[in-house]
Amino acid sequence: MTEQTSSYCQVGSFAVGNRLVDPHLRTVQSDRLRPNALTSGHRACQGCGEALGARFVLDAAMAATDRQLIVVNATGCLEVFSTPYPETAWQVAWMHSLFGNTAAVATGVAAALKVRGDTATRVIAQAGDGGTVDIGFGCLSGMFERNDDVLFVCYDNQAYMNTGVQRSASTPAAARTATTEARGREPGNAFGQGKNLPALAVAHEIPYVATASVAYLHDLEAKVGRAMELHGARYLHVLVPCPLGWGAASRDTIRLARLACETGLFPLFEAAHGEILSATPIRHREPVEAYLRPQRRFAHLFADPPRTDDIARIQAIADRNIGRFDLLGERAGKGSR
Amino acid sequence: MLRQIEGSRAVAEAVALCRPRVVSAYPISPQTHIIEGVGSLVKSGRLKPCEFINVESEFAAMSVSIGAAATGARAYTATSGPGLLDMAEAVFNASGLGLPIVMTVANRAVGAPINIGNDHSDAMALRDSGWIQLFAETNQHAVDLHIQAFRLAERLSVPVMVCMDGFILTHSVERVEIPTQEQVDRYLRPFAPQQVLDPAAPVSIGAMVGPEAFTEVRYLAHARLLEALVCIPELAAEFERVVGRPSGGLVSAYRSEDAETIVVALGSVVGTVKDVVDQMREEGLKIGVVAVTTFRPFPEQALGQALEGAHRVVVIEKAFAVGGRGVLGAQVDALVSDRGTKTYTVVAGLGGRSIPEASLRRVLGEAIRGELGAMSFLDLDRVVVDRELARMAEDPRRAPSTARVPRDVRENAARIV
Ligand SMILES: Cc1ncc(C[n+]2csc(CCOP(=O)(O)OP(=O)(O)O)c2C)c(N)n1
Ligand code: SF4
Ligand SMILES: [Mg+2]
Repeated sequence: MTEQTSSYCQVGSFAVGNRLVDPHLRTVQSDRLRPNALTSGHRACQGCGEALGARFVLDAAMAATDRQLIVVNATGCLEVFSTPYPETAWQVAWMHSLFGNTAAVATGVAAALKVRGDTATRVIAQAGDGGTVDIGFGCLSGMFERNDDVLFVCYDNQAYMNTGVQRSASTPAAARTATTEARGREPGNAFGQGKNLPALAVAHEIPYVATASVAYLHDLEAKVGRAMELHGARYLHVLVPCPLGWGAASRDTIRLARLACETGLFPLFEAAHGEILSATPIRHREPVEAYLRPQRRFAHLFADPPRTDDIARIQAIADRNIGRFDLLGERAGKGSR
Repeated sequence: MLRQIEGSRAVAEAVALCRPRVVSAYPISPQTHIIEGVGSLVKSGRLKPCEFINVESEFAAMSVSIGAAATGARAYTATSGPGLLDMAEAVFNASGLGLPIVMTVANRAVGAPINIGNDHSDAMALRDSGWIQLFAETNQHAVDLHIQAFRLAERLSVPVMVCMDGFILTHSVERVEIPTQEQVDRYLRPFAPQQVLDPAAPVSIGAMVGPEAFTEVRYLAHARLLEALVCIPELAAEFERVVGRPSGGLVSAYRSEDAETIVVALGSVVGTVKDVVDQMREEGLKIGVVAVTTFRPFPEQALGQALEGAHRVVVIEKAFAVGGRGVLGAQVDALVSDRGTKTYTVVAGLGGRSIPEASLRRVLGEAIRGELGAMSFLDLDRVVVDRELARMAEDPRRAPSTARVPRDVRENAARIV
């Protein structure tokens, strides 16, 4: 193991110990009086990364805006598990219209606030990966291009979970879904496909783009905070493991969200106006196997005989990200922390 | 003020007088001049405050309106034909959410084959979307209906579609009396939404409803839409008091009191029918016309009364249910057939084909003489159609050719000349 400084890290864990930091550096989540935008009693699966991600993001946004927030939500798990009529788990002004129009509805909300001269109230649109990269992309790209004053948050669980785990353009190569079964010569989702939405968002040259993971709460909250300081179109892409769709243990949600980053498969970065500003270095580089093995959606890669070829291709994807974003700090000359 | 003005421009002016706060725009013929007109009024500062948003699709145009209306802003958009279908999912959503959006539909055919001309296939495709649908007969009527539409929408929390015939109305220049701002302000007060997205009083809008309550929710939407049948005449009467001109309402009858033959139609064709009625009256025929101004909710009682005493009703429709009957025709038939009134559906004016007076006189004469079929197509080129039907009979898998028919029609026209 390489030498490391244990800043904010407790021994044997990478969780940030709130007890060790100054009160003003503590997370919104650790506050007893956090807004709880998504309160308990909703019907998400145990260990749902999306439920966690939505609460983290919206609580941070409410804290940043003095609770002056309106949220527009796409159809998907998050919408369905939170608002079974006549109940609602939302403690924030919240609206659901359709699956593919969330960004445009949010544009309408923002326009209504602007025309009324309400500069305090801010707007967040949120959707799953399907509602973002596939059916919602037209409206999202329009919202970006017009630089409408909306933060769009994608909770990426890498498939259409609400309809029973079908492939989206965010489903990773080799992953088994209900429409990319683990059979035949090329089991699971095809290689060489998919849409890199954070990169597309950067290409729109909007004021702020960031990726985040539910494993890194401080980082996620900081990114929401920075996004809320800015105006115009902003985009946050949060990786949220789905125990049901990924075939993973509920207790592994945070572990997988972390491994996705530490393997290099899900790089954490920030960008502004078309330029990458920074990427979060990997603290402990892990081989992709460590991430793939605990997930049954990749089980066919480890069958007899194992698909070492596919695993190598996935490793190559991770390596490419590491190179592209200098995730090991090699170009910056720092080495791993 | 009385002005010589293009229909689209007149509607843009009327919409601006209603002070919409958010306007979303996506171009499609023949609606373009309307949104250009509103955009110009916003840019010039005459309509303010107003956010005019150039969106990337009609689906987005309706969705922006949904977000704006849910946040308490008066929202307006306009579209035509394929644009209306592009936004269809959001059109249903807007009514389901009870958002009082006003939209102009500059009626246009729906392809393939692509055709920018006027008919009512677009509005008819969305007749069950839970919106109020009003049909303008003239540009004056279109102006007046738009002003009433905002009032109606906000009174009932139901969205309203104002349908005006593409090109025939949108692009024609005629004399229109545009009300004053003072009159419109008196008639239409600022939007006071019933439910709104507000951080100070957070609500969840758009929750999921399962089978245990969905029927009740739909029933209540139906009941709410039916309230418009009471509301529309009241608001038309109030409009007349404020603006000094009768306009709007459920149906409007012309020389139909003692008529044995009554024509029923939607939109601008009513003007042509009125001329034909005048001519046929001169010849001693008892004939009249009833325009259906409010098509949704369907004014059963008012239309039923207007058609009382008629021996026959001829419905002129610019759309039909392919593989079925006429849309308006079927509803009129259901209304009057048990009284022994015969009904005829004449499909006319598809894809912008003109509806000549001579053709109307011919079919009406056939109806009076009992020679007209229950459903017919005005000025259908039988030679061309029969030729293609024969080809299709030879090869049952062959679809009607969209390439050959226009050529055949041209050849046929050349032969006739
Ligand atoms: C127009 C339309 N197409 C399809 C659907 C069906 N549908 C509802 S939710 C959903 C999946 C959502 O996937 P995603 O956006 O990734 O969110 P998740 O459920 O995974 O969180 C689909 C396909 C729909 N509701 N509307
Ligand atoms: S299926 Fe996945 S995304 Fe949906 S509620 Fe369950 S864990 Fe969350
Ligand atoms: Mg998903």
